[in-house]
Amino acid sequence: MTGALTRQMIADRLVGNDADLLVVTGLGGTAWDASRAGDRELTYYLWGGMGLAASMGLGLALSRPDRRVLVLTGDGEMLMGLGSLATVARAAPTNLAIVVVDNELYGETGGQMSHTAGACDLAAVARATGIADSRLVSDAAGLEDVAGALRTLGTERQGPVFAVVRVPGQLSGPPAELPPRDGTYLKHRFREALMGPAVLR
Amino acid sequence: MTAPVPLPVSTPVTWPDALYDTLKEVGIDQIGHVPDAGHARLIDRCEHDPGIAVTGLTSEEEGVGLAAGAWLGGQRAALLMQSSGLGNCINAIASLAEAGQFPLLMIITMRGEWGEFNPWQVPLGRATRDVLLAIDCRVLNVHRPDEVGDTALAAARLAFDSSQRVAMLLTQRLIGTKAFR
Repeated sequence: MTGALTRQMIADRLVGNDADLLVVTGLGGTAWDASRAGDRELTYYLWGGMGLAASMGLGLALSRPDRRVLVLTGDGEMLMGLGSLATVARAAPTNLAIVVVDNELYGETGGQMSHTAGACDLAAVARATGIADSRLVSDAAGLEDVAGALRTLGTERQGPVFAVVRVPGQLSGPPAELPPRDGTYLKHRFREALMGPAVLR
Repeated sequence: MTAPVPLPVSTPVTWPDALYDTLKEVGIDQIGHVPDAGHARLIDRCEHDPGIAVTGLTSEEEGVGLAAGAWLGGQRAALLMQSSGLGNCINAIASLAEAGQFPLLMIITMRGEWGEFNPWQVPLGRATRDVLLAIDCRVLNVHRPDEVGDTALAAARLAFDSSQRVAMLLTQRLIGTKAFR
C-alpha cells in the first residue's frame, strides 16, 4: 500500500490497536495524536519535560525487557534530546522503538520552523549515533514497515528501531477530550495496569 | 601559578563500598551517570554487577527521564552526578519528576565548596543546595565516611517509599579536592 500520509495515521496505526505496547509520547502534537487514537492506561503522555521522551522510554525498556516500548514524539521534542539518541544506541535495548512525527514545525508555539525544515536529518543523526535500524518514512508503505517492526520488536526485530515519519506542515490540535494531564495519575494508572493494584499499596 | 598540594582525604577510601552495599540493600536495578572521579569506584562496582543496568548518559537530565521510565516499569534507578551536572537537570526534575511525583534518588558529588582549585566550579557548587530546595527536593549532606551508608538508606527510603525527589550531597571534604599535577 502506498499513498499520502496524514499524521493521525501514525498514532492510529502504531498505538491504536496494540493493547500490549508500552507508550511514552512527547508533548503537544504527539500527545494529541495518541490520545485521539484512543486513550489507554499504558500510555504516558508528557505535558512537560521536553526532550526527555526518549530517555524515559529507555528507562522503561530496560526495566521491562519482556515488553515492547514505543516512544512517539515530535521533531522539536527529539531535537531537544539529541544526546539521548547516543545514550539509547549505547544501551542498545532490543525492545525500544522511537518514532518521530516530523512536521518540521513547533506546532504548540505558533508553527515556527524547526531545524528539520532545513538540512537537519534526524534519521541520519540517529544512525550516526549508532542506531543501525534508522529509517526515513514518507509514505503509507513505510509506515506499514514500521508497524511490522514494532509488532516483533525484541524478538524477530532487534531494536533499537528509530524512524522519522515525514508529515511536513501537518499540525495537530488538541482533541475534544484532552488526555489526562495529571502526571501523578498517569504514573499510577500506568503502573497499576502493568503490574497490578498491589503496586499502589 | 603552581598546582596546589591536594588536601588530605580520609584513608582508606571505603565509603563508595558502603554506598554500593546500600544501593543493593534498597534494590536499585538501574544506575544512570555522567562519569565523575568521585563516583569512579561506585560506577566500577555497579558495572561489574549483573543485577544493575548501568547507563552512561551524555547529559545529566537524561537520567531524570531514565529514572522515571524505570519507575513506570517497576524498577528503581539512582542517578550519579557532579554538582555542576545538577544545573543540567533543573527543568527535568521540576517538570517531569516533581510534576509526576516520581521517586528520584540523586547522589551528587560536590565541587566548588572545599579548597576548590577551579574557580569555574564554584558558582554552581555554591548554589547547589539552594537550587535543589527551590525545586522542592530533599537535601541530605554527608561530611564523613561513616555517615554514607546510613544517609544513603534514609535518602533511598525517602525517595522510593515516600515518592520524593532526594539529593544526597557528598561533600568535597569527604571526597577529597581534585588535584592538578
